[in-house]
Amino acid sequence: MSKQVVSTSISVGLATGLYGISFGAIGVASGLNIPTVMLLSLLMFSGASQFAFVGIIAAGGAPITAISSAWLLGVRNSFYALRLSPVIGPSGLWKLLAAQLTVDESNAVSAAEDTPRNQRVGFWLTGAAVYVFWNSATLLGAIGGNLLGSVETWGLDGAAAAAFLGLLWPRLKNNLTLAALGAVVALIAIPLTPAGVPVLLAAAVALLPIRGQKWSSL
Amino acid sequence: MVLTVVLGSLAVFSWKLIGYLIPDRLVGKKGRSIADRMTVTLLAALVVLQGFASQNALVLDARALSLATAAVLLAIRVPYIFVVLAGAVVAGVSRYLGF
Repeated sequence: MSKQVVSTSISVGLATGLYGISFGAIGVASGLNIPTVMLLSLLMFSGASQFAFVGIIAAGGAPITAISSAWLLGVRNSFYALRLSPVIGPSGLWKLLAAQLTVDESNAVSAAEDTPRNQRVGFWLTGAAVYVFWNSATLLGAIGGNLLGSVETWGLDGAAAAAFLGLLWPRLKNNLTLAALGAVVALIAIPLTPAGVPVLLAAAVALLPIRGQKWSSL
Repeated sequence: MVLTVVLGSLAVFSWKLIGYLIPDRLVGKKGRSIADRMTVTLLAALVVLQGFASQNALVLDARALSLATAAVLLAIRVPYIFVVLAGAVVAGVSRYLGF
């Protein structure tokens, strides 16, 4: 495996996993106790779904509403799993572990690599790094809720934005139209729709018959 | 509440697992291509969300500077880890300076 895929995996894991601080703080502020907040990060392990879940609980929503919102927001992981399945080819119990670690970051790092070996290493290492950092950070945030401000003070939100751009970058060359459409749809949807929906709409853009993967004029 | 969390987690996990249980031959070329394209549109949306969203509003703040810096560094092929670090430093410093 190359050093590059290791450093990419760890940096993605750190930049996005540390967001767990926000989640931990918000979870406790929503009225959940620390073990329950931890259970969400350990078991659900899917940022958007978790934030939606605690948001609904905090607003006094019914359990079934919280469960179904979290479920709906998780649909993109299914598509990640579809494309990852032949790449990492897990068998037996490894399937369960691979499924748990299938998130935006692990899929994106894997997709950005070019050799099959690095695609596999990128998936497992990023998934493990995000899992470890996301859960440790959740605990930190849940215990010291007012750490919340530190996400911004330390520029972590800027790091996460840069991390996602860096993952998208190698794919822009061949998919500029698609990426631009996804971004525009999100921009329009953010002020108009509830949290989580912009991402769902951007996912739906992939279903449109937009001309191929090549963008030869570039 | 613990039961709600466990059920919710199982629901989310079901999406992830189903992708690994569907045999590759049933997915076909078209399915794989959609999954590939979705990786791109979702990453683009995540960049926008992470860079410009604040709850339900669009805002221009220190994160936009992080993104601009990251774009320049990526264009000149700086290794990924430094791009991420620069994103943090730029956001942190420009906030400290009052942006």
